[in-house]
Amino acid sequence: MRAKIWSWVALAIGFIYFLLPLIGTIEFSLRKRRGEYSLDAYRSVFEDPRFRETFSYSVAMALFTILVGVLIVVPTAYWVRLRFPRLRPVVEFVTLLPLVIPPIVIVFGYIRLYNTGSILPLTGTAMGTNFLLMMGYATLSLPYMYRAVDTGLRAIDVRTLSEAAQSLGAGWPVIIARVILPNVLVAVLSGAFLTFAIVIGEFVMAALLNRPAFGPYLQLIGANQAYEPAALAVIAFAITWFCMGLIQLVSRFSAHGRAKRS
Amino acid sequence: MSFLEIEHIDKSFGATRVVKDFNLSIERGEFISLLGPSGCGKTTVLRMVAGFETPSSGSIRIDGREVTNLRPNQRNIGMVFQAYALFPNLTVADNVAFGLRVKGMARSAREARVAEMLRLIGLEGFGERFPFQLSGGQQQRVALARALAIEPAVLLLDEPLSALDAKIRVSLREEIRSIQRRLGITTIFVTHDQEEALSISDRVVVMNAGVADQIGPPFEIYNRPATRFVAEFVGTLNLLQADVLEPTSGRLRLGSAEVTLGRPLPEGRVTVAMRPEVVTLGRAEGNEVVFEGMIDDVHFLGSVIRVEASVAGDRILLDTFNRPNLPPPAPGSRAEFSMRKDDLLIL
Repeated sequence: MRAKIWSWVALAIGFIYFLLPLIGTIEFSLRKRRGEYSLDAYRSVFEDPRFRETFSYSVAMALFTILVGVLIVVPTAYWVRLRFPRLRPVVEFVTLLPLVIPPIVIVFGYIRLYNTGSILPLTGTAMGTNFLLMMGYATLSLPYMYRAVDTGLRAIDVRTLSEAAQSLGAGWPVIIARVILPNVLVAVLSGAFLTFAIVIGEFVMAALLNRPAFGPYLQLIGANQAYEPAALAVIAFAITWFCMGLIQLVSRFSAHGRAKRS
Repeated sequence: MSFLEIEHIDKSFGATRVVKDFNLSIERGEFISLLGPSGCGKTTVLRMVAGFETPSSGSIRIDGREVTNLRPNQRNIGMVFQAYALFPNLTVADNVAFGLRVKGMARSAREARVAEMLRLIGLEGFGERFPFQLSGGQQQRVALARALAIEPAVLLLDEPLSALDAKIRVSLREEIRSIQRRLGITTIFVTHDQEEALSISDRVVVMNAGVADQIGPPFEIYNRPATRFVAEFVGTLNLLQADVLEPTSGRLRLGSAEVTLGRPLPEGRVTVAMRPEVVTLGRAEGNEVVFEGMIDDVHFLGSVIRVEASVAGDRILLDTFNRPNLPPPAPGSRAEFSMRKDDLLIL
């Protein structure tokens, strides 16, 4: 009985710790109009053309990042599982590096390597810088993407399924597109939503590469206005939660994706 | 020339030679089993025929075409795996249609072929189900239909029954054999279960440590094993030590009996072997070899009675049919055993 009370207390403290700032932020974001609650702050955020520009820029970047991430990670994880299982620790270590190396180091490295005086002057044009930023995002999301896909691959018998497809006449592109990808789709999507959340909120890389992304815009508003940053924070939270909800929904929706383990 | 020719293939993984100078010719429509303990190289041979492994040396020809260096998807083989390996995201019908779709077969022809295959394996009406909605035996039948749908030149079965429970194992192996006969498809079946191999094959290849010890029809493999390994691995065997009395005429002493085999034997002691069912309790007409022993134990198995006995220090098993008017001997009593001398195997 006593133990139960303490668990409730612990739970309550946790709730207060996580929810109080959130409730405070929401409450504050509604107080732009003096003396009453209103959505004025949200209105002014949505009316700001820079919000729409930076937000759609970041969404586009997120989609490209996901595409590139899937194209890099799925074949790599598949190949490592099938042909080079001994390389797994190495690949896992490499995919963990972005968690250890701060983005600011990565972006400075990019700027030094690809500046206008280099052989590959990517920073010279807007498109080149966009590309650089997207690759940076793909790097940042690598730990999540790789782990998600690898876990998905663990749930199916990759080797035997590949051999079965091969014996039926399929080549590698068909095997990856028709057999492997559909069976790890849930894992890929959960990696994709995490990537989306990371890209939408990322500040350092976008700011230092001077691209009009959502993160730097958030910072700018935060430095100059009172109520709007709170509203933006709530919006950012909503987007993140929406993504998480989608992950849950998708993984529950695809009940048939569970392969029989052998 | 045979339909499938495997000539002098060798396979090494690192320093280990798992298949050593393996040769096999298979006729069109033949059902061949590769039988052996785990690690004997039988699966490696099958995987080399399938193209999942490349021989270190030697060649494989299917229907006159050299396939040794072709990729698996260029060989036109159908393969069934122990783990079923159905695509979990596809329905039964789509699984069966997979190979046809890869080939680019038109939709109507594809659907007709899928329906024909599902009828063949007795799973009409299961087309829209997903693999996880089927039992193990049903899944393996779908895997068989999927492999047969592409009309392969050779059907390869890699321990397809090992994951199933005993009853289904027997019924499915009979079903596989009858489908194989009906289609006349050349088939290689890998198993470590000797009963399975003997019961459904035209010929059995008994493999031991990467070498084919004996290749022959089940009757011959069982009754005239070429090596000690084959004799011991296939079926139950009684081993007795015998003293060779006269090497040239093949005269030897077996417990209390003396036998002349009429063929030369090495000097000293030899191991003689006999199947449990060739030994008769008591004397019988035509059984020249008679020896004595002590009954150790009697197992009543219904139609068969299995007797354990000691003969000159060696333990033997013998099987006799149950006869209601003849109760089995009591353990601890002495008894006479007899057999035909032709049934004695010298190993």
